[in-house]
Parts: sequence; C-alpha cells; structure tokens
Amino acid sequence: MNQEVELPDNERRRITRDGVSLAFTVGLYGTAFGAAASSSGLSPWQALALSALLFSGASQFAVVGVGVITSWSLAVTAITGALLLGTRNALYGLRMAPILQLRGVKRAVAAQITIDESTGVAISQEHLGLSAMRHGFWVTGLGVYLFWNSFTLLGALGADALGDPAQFGLDAAVPAAFLGLLWPRLKGRTPWAVGMAAAITVLILLPHAPVGVPVITSALAAVIAGWKNGGSK
Amino acid sequence: MIWATVLISSAGCFLLKYAGMAMPEAWLSSPRVQRIAHLMPVALLSALVIAQTFGLGQSLTLDARAAGVAVAIVVLLLRAPFPVVVLAAAVTSALLHRI
Repeated sequence: MNQEVELPDNERRRITRDGVSLAFTVGLYGTAFGAAASSSGLSPWQALALSALLFSGASQFAVVGVGVITSWSLAVTAITGALLLGTRNALYGLRMAPILQLRGVKRAVAAQITIDESTGVAISQEHLGLSAMRHGFWVTGLGVYLFWNSFTLLGALGADALGDPAQFGLDAAVPAAFLGLLWPRLKGRTPWAVGMAAAITVLILLPHAPVGVPVITSALAAVIAGWKNGGSK
Repeated sequence: MIWATVLISSAGCFLLKYAGMAMPEAWLSSPRVQRIAHLMPVALLSALVIAQTFGLGQSLTLDARAAGVAVAIVVLLLRAPFPVVVLAAAVTSALLHRI
C-alpha cells in the first residue's frame, strides 16, 4: 500500500486543490486568533510571532486565552496549556516520520508544519501511495502556514484599529473558537465523558483555585480516561 | 513577560513536534500514550470553553459571552464552517453590548 508509485497528474491536482482550499479556510480563522491576541494585550508582532513560531491553533489560543499576562503565574499557565495541547503534534510527527523520511533541516521544517490539517490530508491519501501522502502534507502544511500567518497579522492589526474588543463581540469569539476546535473531536462516548468531566472540573474549581489552575487540572480527565481504557485492551 | 511566554511556548511546542518526528517509534507508540494524547485536546478545549464563557477572574458569571456561545452551538449543529461559528458568536455578543 505504501510503495512509491507515480502520482497521476489529475490526482496531484486534486490533492493540491483540496489542500489549498482547506488551508485557506483554516487560515481565515487566523483573523480570529489575531483579534483574540490583540484583546489579550499582545502586540501584532507578538501575535504574528506565535503564529509563525508556535504554529498550532489550539495552543496559540491557550496562550492568549489566559487574558492579559501580568504575572509569571499566568505566564506559566499559558505555557503549560499550550504544551499540553501540543502533545498531540508529537503523535502526528510519529505518524508522518516513516512517510516523509527526512533528515536535518527538512525534517525540522516538516516538524514545524506537522499539525492537524497537514497530517489529516496526508493520511487520507494513503490509498494513493507515499508520494500522494507527501504531496498532501506539504501543500496543506505550507498553505496553512502562509494563510494562517497572513490572517493573524490582519486580525491583530484590525482589532488594534477597532478598539474595545467586547464592543465587537470578541469576548464571545474566543470561547466560540475553542468550541469550534472541540466540536469535531467529540465523537464517541469517551470523548464526551472526558469533555463533560473537564467542564465540571472547571465549574467547581474556578471560584476557588488561582486563575489557570482549573483548566490545567482538567487535563487529568484525559489522563484518567486514557489510562483506564488501557485495562480492557 | 509576554515575549518570554510567546518564545518559551513556541520553543516547547516545536520540540514536541520535532520529538515525534525524530524519536524511535516505540517510545510513543504505546496505546495508552496514544489514547491520552488523543483525549488531551478534548479535555483542555472543553475546559477552555467553560472558563472563557463563564469565567471572570476567579468568579463565574453569565453575560453576553454565554449568549454568543449558545448561538455558536446552534450554528455548529447546522454544520456551519469554522469562521461562521466564530462570527455568529461575535455578532451576538456585540449586539447584546449595544442594547
């Protein structure tokens, strides 16, 4: 299934089209990130730095989601949230490594664009062979990188120009963004149970624990559920 | 402090991506690790939705954000794409702020 076969032109074009349109759609979402970053007190350059250097939507929202970072404890909360959300990218890398078979600088570049979308498009070309998967990975990964960064800057500059974020509903845009990221992952009983447990954890802890602690604590729901299911299999 | 946060979280997230690509397969391929990493975003994103919708510092509150998120849920049920969901929530909240 994975042997190197010549990729027909029409398939190559289809993968390019799919990858670019997905990249554009996801990229648009960078506007929301740029705006959210701006309402959390990040300068447009700091927002752009997150998109260019961190480049993983959910983790980036976790950084700006803690609000204006005025203390080191908030900084630690932001960093911890970003890293916990970023753990899945390590698994994507593991999946992509034997497909891409890269070393040195190319491997570092590929690692940076190893995200939900690039891995998803690559894996869905599996029936067409390795070169199709590679093509899907690069087109989608580089496409998202380009659009995501462009729209981040646009969103950050735009929100800066607009002024009060609440007046334009940006206060609701951030949780809605998280919800949009969460929605496609809520498939099956276990994810729903984990989601509910995490939500309840936050509702209980929020009035008592320092800011940020409730969200980090909710990671336990994933650890417990993932650990326990191991017993049956 | 913001720059430090930006750079440290970026470096950490890059290392996670690179580690996956450079590590021997056996290290991360245990089903337990896979499951936890798969469920981690579900837990954190659910927590973030709640914290960002109802949280105000160290207290819970019900304001325009909750209305925005409620509309976002409806729009998601209608299978709307990402940007529409975010926009719908923002417009709802913005309208409530005007009233």
